[in-house]
Amino acid sequence: MTIHPMIAALRKHKAGVVLIALQIALTLAIVCNAVFIIGQRIQRVDRPTGLKEQDLFLVTNQWVGAPTGDDPASIQKLDSLLREDLVTLRSLPDVASVSPVNSMPLLNSSWNGAVALQPGATLQTIKARTTYFFGDQNFVTTMGLHLIAGRDFNAGDVANKGFRNTSEPNIIIVTKALADQVFPKGNAIGKAIYLDGSNTPSTIVGEVARLQSPSTGSGSNASVWNAVIEPARLDGNFALYAVRAKPGRIQAAMREVAPALYKADPMRVLDDDSVKSFADIRAHAYRADVGMAILMGVICLILLGVTAAGIVGLTSFWVGQRHRQIGVRRALGARKSDILHYFQWENLLIAGGGAVAGVGMAIILNLLLMKYYEMNRLPVPYVLAGVVVVLLLGQCAVFAPARRASNVPPVVATRSA
Amino acid sequence: MLAYYFNLALRSLKRNKVLTALMVLTIALGIGTSMTTLTVMHVLSGDPIPQKSAQLFRVRMNVFPDANFKPGDKVPDNLTRRDATALMGDARGDRQAMMSAGSMVVSTAQGDPLSVEARYTSADFFPMFDVPLRYGHGWSRADDTARERVAVISAALNEQLFGGRDSVGKTLNVGDQSLRVIGVLGDWNMNPRFYDLSNGKFGDSEQVFVPITTALDLHLPTSGNTNCWGSGADVHAMNAPCLWLQYWVELDTPSKVAAYRQYLHNYIAQQQQAGRFTHRGQVSLQDVMQWLDAKGVVPSDVRLQMWLALGFLGICLLNTVGLLLAKFLRRSGELGVRRALGASRKAIFMQCLVEAGIVGLAGGVVGLALAGLGVLLVRHQPTDYAAFIHMDLGMLLTTFVLALLSSLLAGLLPAWKAMHVAPAAALKSN
Repeated sequence: MTIHPMIAALRKHKAGVVLIALQIALTLAIVCNAVFIIGQRIQRVDRPTGLKEQDLFLVTNQWVGAPTGDDPASIQKLDSLLREDLVTLRSLPDVASVSPVNSMPLLNSSWNGAVALQPGATLQTIKARTTYFFGDQNFVTTMGLHLIAGRDFNAGDVANKGFRNTSEPNIIIVTKALADQVFPKGNAIGKAIYLDGSNTPSTIVGEVARLQSPSTGSGSNASVWNAVIEPARLDGNFALYAVRAKPGRIQAAMREVAPALYKADPMRVLDDDSVKSFADIRAHAYRADVGMAILMGVICLILLGVTAAGIVGLTSFWVGQRHRQIGVRRALGARKSDILHYFQWENLLIAGGGAVAGVGMAIILNLLLMKYYEMNRLPVPYVLAGVVVVLLLGQCAVFAPARRASNVPPVVATRSA
Repeated sequence: MLAYYFNLALRSLKRNKVLTALMVLTIALGIGTSMTTLTVMHVLSGDPIPQKSAQLFRVRMNVFPDANFKPGDKVPDNLTRRDATALMGDARGDRQAMMSAGSMVVSTAQGDPLSVEARYTSADFFPMFDVPLRYGHGWSRADDTARERVAVISAALNEQLFGGRDSVGKTLNVGDQSLRVIGVLGDWNMNPRFYDLSNGKFGDSEQVFVPITTALDLHLPTSGNTNCWGSGADVHAMNAPCLWLQYWVELDTPSKVAAYRQYLHNYIAQQQQAGRFTHRGQVSLQDVMQWLDAKGVVPSDVRLQMWLALGFLGICLLNTVGLLLAKFLRRSGELGVRRALGASRKAIFMQCLVEAGIVGLAGGVVGLALAGLGVLLVRHQPTDYAAFIHMDLGMLLTTFVLALLSSLLAGLLPAWKAMHVAPAAALKSN
């Protein structure tokens, strides 16, 4: 099969050829980038938090009539309410362990700051941004974190303080990511760091493998694995408890919580949202990403469908127009498969041209997205896969009209068109 | 004549139902998706307080000590209590309000305790933001100074706690303290909640409003972003190095805006001389729309979706152009006859455009249904703005105009080609 006559034939349908090629190019550009966005979203949604997420849930409690002040008497009163709740929760039959917390990964409410190696940090001496978690001696166990060096907190390490109090702790546990960033040579255990420009050192006693920051925004990617755990119970008008149920007993444990807390002290508010499994927190945190991925996916599919329909429509028209020509070729000895192949090659030629233009457009679109929407560079495999997809799409779309063309009997040649 | 073309077009469209359906569906899909995303954009980028948005300004300044400041850094959103209190004391605007969000449990003698969102603010808040009151009134500047234990509650909370009756004079218990209700809001639901975007950009208005001086006095719990650059016992203390208060000022003429800007610069210079920081400081005075734009209230996902949908519409149009082209050229013979019988090129052109227009209108109708479906789907998405998305008359009209225009656009090239069909050649080949 020679290309030359095919190009000559296509010249007669310039408008149609350009339209199909343009459509294929645009489809390629949009689908490549959309699939890349979907891939990035899925990657973000799938990253592990460092928690053992199964059997973990969160209880949010607000007390009624509890003191609002932060004088020592009010704080001690709030702390006794908190400790009573911890006793109540720990005594539940299906609960394995409980820790008071200030937040959890993916909860989108975070307490952030900076870490330095010298007291009274300045911009030059700040080593890393970090997020803070507060919990007691059960925090690491309850969250299901993996302690890789040093020791866990013990009961003697844990103090309580007012919710608005920002004084710094003597000892802390950090994530490996943060330790590596501040002490690139390793061995962070036993070293002292200064939190938030403070003048008092905090000594690192333990290191956990991984713990994700509570924020899920895309802007926080750089420090998403940096975390400091402080051994403290925060006393405020409300309290959050992380609860680990005994294996497989999460449903039962979640049902036990509200009645038990109300029985111990009815002066509180627990609403529908107050007892939430970590699975729900995860679903909630990433709902927009998942929604966006689904929407993009659907648009991509429709787009491919529309493009295929366009190819079917125009090729059918060409086949109809060239009925007589096809008949003549058949009469001159062309086999059915020759006719079929002719239209397939023709489509490959157009789609190939479209794909070449499409690769250029995909790259331009990607550059625009990088400029305005914090996108990453589109990897080559995505573009190549896109090219294969549009070429295959063209071949599938052209098959039906091409077969119809190959079925044109040679006798057509003898009829006046 | 147009009626005749219309008739011809209908016949032609009926002759090839599959192709016609394909064209209508293609346009409908393009219109449907782009109208859905345009509707979302339109609603999200709307002006929440059009009568006043150019007169209300968010006041921001950079009072970080040198340690935490880099030239070119963004000016932080919130003020320290010390600075907000100083600006309030000077009161150089027509009106001004400092505020913070809070969340608390309220109870009454009768009802069950409720967990509510609160706003701690100052007296001017109500007239500044055109907040309507159904019963009672807001508090006065004197109440602010006297730290009166008063509250204004929302219509919804009034309904829940007091059955919707005039509750002025009733008591709310918050923690171990009590507040006296002095006002009940009318219908007021500002979306986006431009005055404080840190606790959800869209949502119901707060349920309890308390003078901020009182809230500080009683240590009522706050919520929102608190950004500190030093340690201390209380992040809300007057001199705490913490940014947590929003500050708004009303200025009704450009000259007042310029004067206020100068006043802020002077304030910063004074603070610098007093040795609070070593850099020159920065101030920012943005009106409502500038502020919404700076805070990216329209999520970038939504913009991305809109561009994606417009690209999609573009491909649908290309497709329609191709199909129309095929359709018109297939009828070369018929068009040749009409030309031979005396129809002008213009007439052929018009006839083809009428046919394209009909396809566009049909696509618009189906597309409108699809857009309706799309809006319904968006409303069921679990995003905080979902409930506010709706289609209004303007968007409805836009849909039709968009559908018609895009189909006519798509019809131009095919009609042009059809008009140049040579009558002799077309007749001969028949």
